[in-house]
Amino acid sequence: MDMATPIPAPLARLRGVRHRYGTTLALDGLDLALPAGQVLALLGPNGAGKTTAIGLLLGLQRPGAGTAELFGLPPQDLAARRRVGVMLQAAAVPDTLKVHELLELTRSYYPRPRSVADVVALAGLGGLMARRYGRLSGGQQRRVQFALAVCGRPDLLFLDEPTTGLDIDARQTLWEAIRELRAQGCGVLLTTHYLEEAEALADRVVVVNHGRVVADGTVAQVRARVAQRRIRCASALPVARVRGWPGVQDARHDGERLQIVAEAAEPIVRRLLAEDAGLSDLEVQRAGLSDAFLALTRDAAQEEAA
Amino acid sequence: MDTTAAAAFSPVRAYLLEARYEFLRLLRTPSFSLPCLLFPPVFYLLFGVLLGGRGGPMAAQYLLAGYAVFGVMGVALFGFGVTVALDREQGLLTLKRAQPMPPGAYLVAKMAMAMLFAAIILLLLGALAAGVAGVRLSPMRWLALATTCLLGVLPFSALGLWLGTCVGGRGAPALINLVYLPMAFLSGLWVPLTLLPPFLQAAAPAWPAYHLAQIAQRAAGVDEGRPVWLHAGVLAAVTALFFVLARRRLAQ
Repeated sequence: MDMATPIPAPLARLRGVRHRYGTTLALDGLDLALPAGQVLALLGPNGAGKTTAIGLLLGLQRPGAGTAELFGLPPQDLAARRRVGVMLQAAAVPDTLKVHELLELTRSYYPRPRSVADVVALAGLGGLMARRYGRLSGGQQRRVQFALAVCGRPDLLFLDEPTTGLDIDARQTLWEAIRELRAQGCGVLLTTHYLEEAEALADRVVVVNHGRVVADGTVAQVRARVAQRRIRCASALPVARVRGWPGVQDARHDGERLQIVAEAAEPIVRRLLAEDAGLSDLEVQRAGLSDAFLALTRDAAQEEAA
Repeated sequence: MDTTAAAAFSPVRAYLLEARYEFLRLLRTPSFSLPCLLFPPVFYLLFGVLLGGRGGPMAAQYLLAGYAVFGVMGVALFGFGVTVALDREQGLLTLKRAQPMPPGAYLVAKMAMAMLFAAIILLLLGALAAGVAGVRLSPMRWLALATTCLLGVLPFSALGLWLGTCVGGRGAPALINLVYLPMAFLSGLWVPLTLLPPFLQAAAPAWPAYHLAQIAQRAAGVDEGRPVWLHAGVLAAVTALFFVLARRRLAQ
């Protein structure tokens, strides 16, 4: 860590955290810092340690080794948690309470809560306030959970799989709300299984696997870790021949079309056009975050096995 | 700039709202509120007033104390045990711990909820006793009975809390009934202990409910005559023991 550069203190931080459950090592020397006004997407396969990292930052567990800090305090300190909003993945809210009651209760935990009108607008709760939580649809319940997370005017927001079970419209609305909070200076820690969500929202992506950070950077930087191009075209060339060309990592028929994965697109495209005059429907794509994610977590797994 | 606002912030409102919504949440759960609120008065009406009428006002007084304790045990054991088991299992407890809920508000709210339910049960029982069964107690005795019932929530809350940390939400009602109903019978809440076989009479002081029943019966003027501090001491010890056991399990 470079102490000379004047970076403002992060809102929350894990330093060299190791944590085990019984004999399973959940976190293996994890470092993570959450700055203000930034959406950080924490990605990783199931069991990579994401939930444990969040639990440590929220003070739900204490790290076996290393330190967890929230606003410079131990996360168990109430003063620190009063600046935090949470939306947890598996959290049952009491079914028999009405939405406005849940909101009133959660707002009472915070010194300077958002006004009810603001929360309703931000989370899209219009028309739901008098309904019992248990009688809402899954998507509406997610919106209420989001409202409970933001109602305390938090400086830091933990969103654990916030859009699971939401339709596309509701997801877009939630993304807008997250962008608005970021613009107000709120830091956001987001975990998600939807990589397009991380691509759409995240200023920074941290990929963890087996309790360690395997990649950390902007979406573009993480994507660039995997220098792959995907080439698709309608061609009469036999797959086996294309597969033998230098620079081709994989080639297969995808229905009507030939699909090639290569390190660099240009030499392959040149040769394709040269060898097949009848080639059509050519399309080149760079690797997405999901390709990078798969490659990164697969590499780490192979290193582990080696 | 925010520090002054944060320092001046008082969590009292959070405690009050937590208690209010814990009460409403259970009141709106008929599988909890109906048996807890109605069984003691209905049983009292059946066994204490209609069938027990032959025993005279003494029987009605004895059973008033018995069903009051029965009601207190019910709300405390189920109100704590089942909800704690469910809250643990379904993640509400984790969410509350992650949110800045004032520490202690969770348990204080449940305690207040149980006391409020206990007060309602006692009001219903008192109305039946005074209005239908012809029980006449001095205001001091009513006050003593009410105080006994409200404080009597504590040992059974602690026991319920501990039971709720031992099983999941599905198993909790069964486990609690296994503790609740036999203990009510063996402590002489439904029939006088003198009607039980001698070895069960001798074992009665082993049950916390027996001690609360003795204090309640003294308030109603029909106790066995052992000193109150002895029973109160046993109940305080039971409260402390199960609270410590439950805390240890919750901390894991």
